[in-house]
Amino acid sequence: MHGKELLLTMYRKMLLARRFEEKAGQAYGQKKIQGFCHLYIGQEAVVVGINEAIRPDDYVMTGYRDHVHPLVRGADAGMFMAELFGKDTGYSKGKGGSMHFFDVEHHFYGGYGIVGGQIPLAAGMAFASKYRGEDRITVCSFGDAAANQGAFHETFNMASKWKLPVLYVVENNKYGMGTDIARVSAEPDIHKRASAYNMRGVSVDGMDVLAVYDTVKDLAASIRAGQGPVLLEAYTYRFRGHSMSDAATYRSKDEVEQEKQRDPIGKLRALLLEKRYASEDQLDAIDAHEKKVVEDAIAFADQSPEPPLEDVWTHHFVEPGDADERPRARVRGATDVSWPAYPTTFEVTWDLEPREAPVAPLKQGAA
Amino acid sequence: MPELAYRDALKEALKEEMARDPRVFLMGEEVARYNGAYKVSQGLLDAFGSARVVDAPISELGFAGLGVGAAMAGLRPVIEMMTWNFAILAMDQIVNNAAKLRHMSGGQLRCPIVFRGPGGAGGRLSSQHSQALEANYAHFPGLKVIAPGTPADAKGLLKSAIRDENPVVFIEAELLYGVRGEVPEGEYTIPIGKADLKREGGDVTLITWSRMVTACVLPAADALAQQGVHCDVIDLRTLKPFDHEAVAASVRKTNRVVIVEEGWPFASVGSELSDFIQRECFDDLDAPVKRVHGLEVNMAYAANLERAIQPSVERVIEGVNAVLYR
Repeated sequence: MHGKELLLTMYRKMLLARRFEEKAGQAYGQKKIQGFCHLYIGQEAVVVGINEAIRPDDYVMTGYRDHVHPLVRGADAGMFMAELFGKDTGYSKGKGGSMHFFDVEHHFYGGYGIVGGQIPLAAGMAFASKYRGEDRITVCSFGDAAANQGAFHETFNMASKWKLPVLYVVENNKYGMGTDIARVSAEPDIHKRASAYNMRGVSVDGMDVLAVYDTVKDLAASIRAGQGPVLLEAYTYRFRGHSMSDAATYRSKDEVEQEKQRDPIGKLRALLLEKRYASEDQLDAIDAHEKKVVEDAIAFADQSPEPPLEDVWTHHFVEPGDADERPRARVRGATDVSWPAYPTTFEVTWDLEPREAPVAPLKQGAA
Repeated sequence: MPELAYRDALKEALKEEMARDPRVFLMGEEVARYNGAYKVSQGLLDAFGSARVVDAPISELGFAGLGVGAAMAGLRPVIEMMTWNFAILAMDQIVNNAAKLRHMSGGQLRCPIVFRGPGGAGGRLSSQHSQALEANYAHFPGLKVIAPGTPADAKGLLKSAIRDENPVVFIEAELLYGVRGEVPEGEYTIPIGKADLKREGGDVTLITWSRMVTACVLPAADALAQQGVHCDVIDLRTLKPFDHEAVAASVRKTNRVVIVEEGWPFASVGSELSDFIQRECFDDLDAPVKRVHGLEVNMAYAANLERAIQPSVERVIEGVNAVLYR
């Protein structure tokens, strides 16, 4: 069931995501943000639906369209805007930028700039959870085009064989940069490829936040129960170009307009009104609040200093005794930062490959 | 001191570190039931079970990346590459993820992982299987690169690599696995970044690492000593960061240097050393730095061609004679 609180939370988070990205786009136009910048506008239902359906301590990661994934987990919008502005108060002190958001406090393990490069990482994080006997799952998003990388094939094979607790979400927005996924894919319905790995493949309307939520709730429970990984394909659409430098001439205006009719925020707003969970005024007030959060974020980023020049030399290696940076404590003086704990003593009870056959006798000599 | 084969010294390091720390696991092709393509992991599956000694499919990119993810989440993976030639397929995960995670996250993440396996010529394997690739990895900020040349160093450095908080590229030598040497008994580690002065002499500094230490350089130094030429032989052991002090101190003493490396000369560890020496020791040099290296060609299969392509005792001696102008 979808209670009022859940729906309002989703509405608020989708608006936070939308307003953050709109402002980021504006700031890009003002050259306050530079480099590559991939906006999430249009796809908000995917990330919000997932986030409300999993636990706060589940591991999450994605590709380079990564601004929104940590925001909906509770990240500090000002500090991520500052990261986009290349400021010292950013989560990565201005070293990562748009494509490399990290908020480990909220179990968001990164935005990755090489297409599909995060797919094996997620299997590794899930491996670690299973190795330690934890019931945590890992959720890893990637775009449709990443499904054609070797990393997809190599990782799915291992993740399924070893029943790793990982949910892979292909956010299918139809285009890998400017190329229609159907033009370069022998099987453009990517979830169908899961069957090649003896893995569950499921699809969902990624413009419907409740459908995403319901589906992920079910899948997360199954994965947590040890049933193995799942590939979820969320059919979605980005209303903007691939990146800020993309005029998106490869698709028609009609197509974009048609997709905008499916705007997940408008759809949820209509539902909230229909169910009388909130009035127009109340929903407008939520929007106004999120706009203010983002305006404050812009102001914070604007006023923040650039990183000191000596920072070019830091964070390339961990030196003995170095602690991990806790960004909110460093920037905001927060005392309530709860950092993920990685146990150092435990017993490994997982038998990854039960021995059904006798092991070959030991032999000497090279291969 | 007991003698151990290089492969068994590595195995001892793995066994001791896995017994000491449950976070350490070994993953790679043929490491478990087959007991290792080169038998480095012999018996480890029986000792530690199938979650800690994991047979991976032939998916170098996939399991290298899986290791990186496990390291991000608090484990200490040792990822075995059957050879470093195959690891070229995994380069994206090693270079774009492992080496950059600490940096991109602004210090929020660490990636304590060891990628290890044999490098260098294997013996009649032609060009795809006979490459000394250490310079490739030494090029990237964020990676440490180790290439031990003796069983004792292999053990002590692998233990240090596993305990290090950073990604380490650990390049063994395929032709050294069966070579025996004295290995101290019990617990010991060798610090990363410290060279070993294998032999002392005042006339010429010979700098090398990995298989070249025993295959070419020490025999050449022995032969030269018969002729009254005495060499410092420096085994770098760690290529990045290399031991600046040890190199500079020896060059300041001998004023003449020969660098011996198995790999190709262009943009190599040897070229970096040459640059360091001319900058730091310019006034101390009595001759240009001489480099002895693999010829800049692809490796041939034929025995005589394969021999001709690699550095040899004779070429090291020629190099020493050149810097002595004799």
